[in-house]
Amino acid sequence: MSFKRKHLLGLEDVSAEEITHILNTAETFKEVLARPIPKVPTLRGKTIVNLFYEASTRTRFSFELAEKRLSADTLNFSTSTSSVKKGESLRDTAQNIEAMKVDMVVIRHSAPGAPHYLTQCIKGSVINAGDGCHEHPTQALLDMLTIRDKYKYLKGLRVAIIGDILHSRVARSNIYGLTTMGAEVALCAPQTMIPYEAEKWNVRIFNDVDEAIAFADIVMALRIQMERQTQNFFPTLREYHNYFGITKERLDRANKKITIMHPGPINRGIELDSDLADDDRYSVILNQVTNGVAIRMAVLYLLGGELQE
Amino acid sequence: MTRKVKAKIIDEKGLKRTITRLAHEILERNRGTEKLAIVGIRTRGAYLAQRVIKEIKNIEGISLPLGALDITLYRDDFRQRLKQPVVQQSDIPFDIDEKNIVLIDDVLYTGRTTRAALEALMSFGRPERIQLAVLVDRGHRQLPIKPDYVGKNIPTSIGEEIQVKMKEVDDEDCVLLVESPDESETPDA
Repeated sequence: MSFKRKHLLGLEDVSAEEITHILNTAETFKEVLARPIPKVPTLRGKTIVNLFYEASTRTRFSFELAEKRLSADTLNFSTSTSSVKKGESLRDTAQNIEAMKVDMVVIRHSAPGAPHYLTQCIKGSVINAGDGCHEHPTQALLDMLTIRDKYKYLKGLRVAIIGDILHSRVARSNIYGLTTMGAEVALCAPQTMIPYEAEKWNVRIFNDVDEAIAFADIVMALRIQMERQTQNFFPTLREYHNYFGITKERLDRANKKITIMHPGPINRGIELDSDLADDDRYSVILNQVTNGVAIRMAVLYLLGGELQE
Repeated sequence: MTRKVKAKIIDEKGLKRTITRLAHEILERNRGTEKLAIVGIRTRGAYLAQRVIKEIKNIEGISLPLGALDITLYRDDFRQRLKQPVVQQSDIPFDIDEKNIVLIDDVLYTGRTTRAALEALMSFGRPERIQLAVLVDRGHRQLPIKPDYVGKNIPTSIGEEIQVKMKEVDDEDCVLLVESPDESETPDA
């Protein structure tokens, strides 16, 4: 198939065919990354700017590495070292970037919709690397690639997303992507952290983590995002861990093979036991990080070509 | 797309004979199979490579290392003609360092595919020597590339193309001279 999108802003409107095409293309890039010289000249001459208005380690490194592996020229922007400190708006920053003839922009911003707004300001392709509590499409794509690596398929698998659903862009992108691909998705969190609109998402909702684990083939733990919380959604972290933490005892009680995923960074001992995070009988967390580069190469490659007339 | 066939240049038997001859030439030039490996350029070059390996096994009784190379990511027309080509995986399951690699493609035309293949191959290591074998050389080179082994030289005009058909993907073995898409669009073509 031909990938006809100019931007990747989210997975809500991305079809199963398109997701499969991205995942298949990423498989090719996994092979490229395994070569002695893991670099191809495909995006030679293209300039990509990484606009990170929020702190990031994994996603930013992953995009930067993907861009370098494709031979693109990259510019990195972070708020602490830019004119944003002097009060420059997103629009002005974008227009300056446009004036420098940048071909693609990877943006992370605390405001939901910032990448969508950027598409109105610049001519180049825009990739959403996380916008507030809205979407983080490349994370969900790398999650799906990791699941497909292990199970060879996505349709019919049961995925329980456990943790701070309310503030999680990863959860939203995964719900859209996984349900589009035919997986069954369940959410599990204190009721205060389940969004109002969750029932419309065609997902099951649990408030008991043992029930969620019993349901699932794959458990995706989410970080408690203290930095986004403006009110108390649960009494203490210790209580949260007691009721919603994913522990070895809980997995043993479920007595079934479970795969543990986490988008990182992990609050060890809160949403996920430290030993479980490092136990490769359960955890595929580092595979997720490796797959991140391949997925981002695939997305950059597919958006980097000329659109079909 | 169906294009008007001007002539069948090589039939099934002819293709088999050509591949056998190429296998003999490769063995003769390399004085045997030591350090030799075969890499085919996807798609039809990879199938040709399989057949050459089979012939060499028949002749020498030795199975040479076989690889398949996808050159999509190395093309220089990514943003011009091909737009978003579907990428296939390269599969080179052996160490190419210090090897004598015979690179095989079905048709040699401008030389740009070969250039891309050379660059792609170098990302897997540093072979001692790379030789180029093609089933058909149709001329019109745009880069200074010359094959070491040629199945058949078929001088063509710009308005013609060579179509190699192989049973693995096309249900028949033959080489056809066909009209190029541009020419077939003209009413009197």
